[in-house]
Amino acid sequence: MTKGQAISLQKNDGGSLTAVRMGLGWQAAPRRGLFGSRTREIDLDASAVLFADKQPVDVVFFRHLVSDDGSVRHTGDNLVGGVGQGGDDEAILVDLARIPVHIDQIVFTVNSFTGQTFQEVQNAFCRLVDETNGQELARYTLAGGGSYTAQIMAKVHRSGPGWTLTALGTPANGRTFQDLMPSILPHL
Amino acid sequence: MTAELVRGQNHPLSQARLEIRVSAGAPIVASATLSDENGKARGVEWVAHPGAPTLPGLEVSKQAAADHRLAVDLGAMPEAVHRVNVLLALPTGGGGPVRFGAVAAPFVAVTGLDGTEVASYTLTGLDAESAVVALELYRRQGAWKVRAIGQGYAGGLAELFADQGLPEAHHLAGTINEAVARGLARSVPAPPQRTADGDRTRQAAAPAPGPDQGGPAPQGTPGRATPQPPSPYGPQGAQPGYPADPSAVTQPSAHTAGGPVDYSHPGRQNAAPPPPPPTAPPTPPGQPAQPVAGDATGWSMDERLYNQVWGMFEDLARTTAAYRSAVDFADSRMEKEIDQVLSDPRSRIGGQGDATREAARAKHTQLVDQARAALDRDLAQLAAEADVVEPALPPAYARWDNPVWHGYRVPMEIPMALRVGDLYLPESELLRIPMLVRLPLERGLWIDSGHAGSLDESFADAHALGRLAMDTAVALAARLLAVYPAGEFAVHVIDPAGSGAQALAPLVQTGVLATPPAPGAAAVADVLTRLTQRVDLVQMAVRAGAADSLPPGLDTAEQLLIVNDFPHGFDDRAVTQLRYLADEGPAVGVHLMMVADREEAAGYGPLLDPLWRSLLRITPLPDDHLADPWVGHAWTYEPALVPPGSQVLQQVLSKVAKARTKDM
Repeated sequence: MTKGQAISLQKNDGGSLTAVRMGLGWQAAPRRGLFGSRTREIDLDASAVLFADKQPVDVVFFRHLVSDDGSVRHTGDNLVGGVGQGGDDEAILVDLARIPVHIDQIVFTVNSFTGQTFQEVQNAFCRLVDETNGQELARYTLAGGGSYTAQIMAKVHRSGPGWTLTALGTPANGRTFQDLMPSILPHL
Repeated sequence: MTAELVRGQNHPLSQARLEIRVSAGAPIVASATLSDENGKARGVEWVAHPGAPTLPGLEVSKQAAADHRLAVDLGAMPEAVHRVNVLLALPTGGGGPVRFGAVAAPFVAVTGLDGTEVASYTLTGLDAESAVVALELYRRQGAWKVRAIGQGYAGGLAELFADQGLPEAHHLAGTINEAVARGLARSVPAPPQRTADGDRTRQAAAPAPGPDQGGPAPQGTPGRATPQPPSPYGPQGAQPGYPADPSAVTQPSAHTAGGPVDYSHPGRQNAAPPPPPPTAPPTPPGQPAQPVAGDATGWSMDERLYNQVWGMFEDLARTTAAYRSAVDFADSRMEKEIDQVLSDPRSRIGGQGDATREAARAKHTQLVDQARAALDRDLAQLAAEADVVEPALPPAYARWDNPVWHGYRVPMEIPMALRVGDLYLPESELLRIPMLVRLPLERGLWIDSGHAGSLDESFADAHALGRLAMDTAVALAARLLAVYPAGEFAVHVIDPAGSGAQALAPLVQTGVLATPPAPGAAAVADVLTRLTQRVDLVQMAVRAGAADSLPPGLDTAEQLLIVNDFPHGFDDRAVTQLRYLADEGPAVGVHLMMVADREEAAGYGPLLDPLWRSLLRITPLPDDHLADPWVGHAWTYEPALVPPGSQVLQQVLSKVAKARTKDM
């Protein structure tokens, strides 16, 4: 999937996708010799902002792990990253069938909470997965994406009876999703 | 890499400092004996057991528990020691199982200090044995190895020690049992009559997990528990309609071992693989699955229903949140759009403005209708679930009008939780969620007899409210008495002016109160002083780790103190004692139930604020003051009251009183 490309989450057989997962993975900062405790940990955070008619109405991030309606769930904050071999260190699960009727767009973002730019983070990626069959819908490699600390990754939005996924991949800067709001709005 | 040993197999140990983890389905005693190169223990000083838990390089637990961690330092063993035998035994005299055949196969694992397993062994095939040598750690050419033994003894520890050549075997076994019994004194009442060995009926309460062994929550080792086949679970056990036979729900007797899950013994099956949860019958595609009672995770039906009720609670909270936020959004959008029309001068002329307004209203209606449809769909699903769950609930979770109460029998074990009432939201008044609080109670209760807001209430109304509050208190106290095993829950009443006498009649007449209701200031002071002393004593004993030094006459039951008419008849000293009980009581099994009007106690000023805060406020009339933990809706609480004219309370309390006299 390339930037700006949209794919419908309708399945070929007519059924529509019911659940997607946004996964975020990165490699923990290497331990350095004698003063291991002085290593600067890398903390990336995945967030999902729920919009109704271009107004943010709910957000799922490390301080609010489940949307009020229960349809969007964050698996929990990972503060240091993983082994960097492709596993998701943080994930957000979206149950599309249960999203309240007024919510029409969900935007996924990644932020570097500890401030390292994606250039400094090893093996960082984020991806969207069809939770029902594990198929990857979109994947971005964050490392090498320039000296940015955030990315507006993708959005899913209602279209007709189902949902459509649009890859955004827009780099931005900010510590949490709040800082990204101005950059998100043009994409709605 | 874990080596899964079979009987007789050995495995090298590369580390000297190890932990041996034991998990079993029931509280067991873990000990260890040291022996020399001839396999002979040189005396009692070579045995680590609950009465003497520490030896050089070895430490065992002081009490019986379903899970143990034994610390072993092979490097610190005396030179003369060539073998360490790890023994497991069932505690005697506690009324628990008397043979390993009656509990899940124990599992032992040798692990490093970081928890990595080196070797593990499941002791299968045990039957009449009540003591078993589980593992042997032994020296071979200077290196240590572990071997799976699994040698059981039907004669218990005495026979086991005799076999190891200990001359004082019988005496030692007695010492161990005594030490274990002392450790359990806090949590187990006087053992009921023992039936003949080999009788597999669950004749008595197993040693309930004590305060320091954790609650009835599952603490086994899921996943690697035991290879015992899960008991075949009759799916009919949870079919709608089946639990209509209340006797089958409350009394799954032992001969139906393969039948319905036992509701009344949640802690018993800790490490046993739980029977598979009831599964919904296959449904035609495109339709929602049929709800089934007990369709949640848990190690017992009790726990599954508890989790299911909480799941329904959360689902209702969230689906309502979705509905409310959609409606709020629709409202604010319509307002904004109409505002725009008004502020636009062009729209004031002609019908254009009206048309835009109409459109905004139509959009609003459409969104609200959609949201309502989604909510109705979810409510219908939850209502269908409630319809099958309610009849399947055990007494502790059931409403008083549930037929399960008519087949009530005094339980053998404390249930996980207690229903204190119902919760509902204005969007779905017909869908009642049982409000379950965990047992033992973590905080006291405050039944608010205060005026429900309006000032023009007549005296008669206030009086009626007070009566209703007391009825609520009595219904709750009766429920607590009923769901605890005989003699494990004691209720005291302070009623200084005697104004609660009428409401208290069911408790007084059936004789279930520990002491008659205390009238007058002197009696109030007396009851408070006794309970305060009890809290002090137990607290001191627990802090000093000397639970066995409690006076023998001390009642080990949980205590509930109902206080009516507070603050009448209370002086400063009594108020201080009450606050002390509210703060320190729950941890040592002393609970408060205040029936009070906060206004009336206002004379004490902010002194009492912490008291109110430490209690869970419930109301005798439906009142929306409880918030859920997820989205914080205001839920309307309705107390669990006995239906008017029903004799169920008297019947249940009579059975409680009868069981208690039998028990003496």
